[in-house]
Amino acid sequence: MMDFLAGLGRAGLGWFAVLGRASMFLARVLLSQDAVLRRFSLTVAELYSVGVRSLLIIVVSGLFVGMVLGYQGYITLVNFGAAEALGGVVALSLVRELGPVVTALLFAGRAGSALTAEIGLMKATEQLSAMEMMAVDPYRRVFAPRFFAGFVSMPLLAALFSAVGVVGGYLVGVGLLGVDSGSYFSQMQAVTDWREDVVSGVIKSVVFGFVVTWIAVFQGFDAEPTSEGISRATTQTVVVSALAVLGLDFILTGLMFGDL
Amino acid sequence: MKQRFLEVSVGLFVLLGIAALFYLAIQVSNIAEYRDRDTYEVLAYFDNIGGLKVRAPITVSGVRVGRVADIAYDPERFQARVTLAIQSAHDHLPADTQASIFTAGLLGEQYIGLEPGGDFEMLQAGDEMLFTQSALVLENMIGRFLTNMSAD
Repeated sequence: MMDFLAGLGRAGLGWFAVLGRASMFLARVLLSQDAVLRRFSLTVAELYSVGVRSLLIIVVSGLFVGMVLGYQGYITLVNFGAAEALGGVVALSLVRELGPVVTALLFAGRAGSALTAEIGLMKATEQLSAMEMMAVDPYRRVFAPRFFAGFVSMPLLAALFSAVGVVGGYLVGVGLLGVDSGSYFSQMQAVTDWREDVVSGVIKSVVFGFVVTWIAVFQGFDAEPTSEGISRATTQTVVVSALAVLGLDFILTGLMFGDL
Repeated sequence: MKQRFLEVSVGLFVLLGIAALFYLAIQVSNIAEYRDRDTYEVLAYFDNIGGLKVRAPITVSGVRVGRVADIAYDPERFQARVTLAIQSAHDHLPADTQASIFTAGLLGEQYIGLEPGGDFEMLQAGDEMLFTQSALVLENMIGRFLTNMSAD
């Protein structure tokens, strides 16, 4: 019994320590952000590997999520004789929830895990220590551009996801199921508010981008420098990011749309 | 060469993301409404607003001319005070225009319909509407119907 309590306490203290290390790490990365502009070619290379190479999975998933929404929305709405409202259903669910959340989950799997593995391997092969030996600050050289790239890419990817999803819903709803094209878009514009829906979605995706990139880069930095440690850190990135995104989404949704 | 490719593809990526945001703004949402900020506000007092919400549309003859800017309860008049924001382009409404709360469809959302009167004076910003008609509350109607039934 005492062992159990002691173990519990140790685990709790361990969690606090991780949170503390992560916060100090974040503070140093944020303070090093001036390096992003000074060595812009590094940032561009990271934007390429984090953002551009996530494009395909985001666009394809967005298209299919939009198409499924079109189908399911139609099946439900047609029972009430309200198939014309399909555009509003598709746009609202994408812009408010699915766009930011699904993009963040995919982003954690596609870009976050890669960031963690890359940084973890740098640590395991002592590249980070080597940099410090050469008086190159790894925070400015490695972490800052990667953090910035993830933070910037996420909202762009989420906007793209929503836009492609709307087109996917259009393809199925208007192309296959015969909803009127004009009412698809007019319904959409009638219920989707620029400030309350679209901007809220963008704010969500900015927050998710920040959190997911933070977790990914920190997990790499904090990984045990063994092959097993790197694999554990990569798994942790995806798991913790997913939980953080879903939990934060609940809180943000409550804050943004709670008074409706 | 490699660097050039990186730069071009990242530029395209950023452009694509911003284009998607523009698409969401213009095609998907109602940003056009934010453009015509030119509105004037008039007040209307209702006994019962039913399910009217802020941002509900205001129509004249079915044409949308504005939206509900604010809803509050006036404790002195025991009535709901609704602030109507009407586009300045439609500033030729007679002063005795009637405001009624209607329902779009059987279960649709509620909106305010304006019926122009015959006064030569026009509604000015800050004016109070003289004639209003409250929302029809289904329960009241059913109650009245039942009392009529039992009276027969």
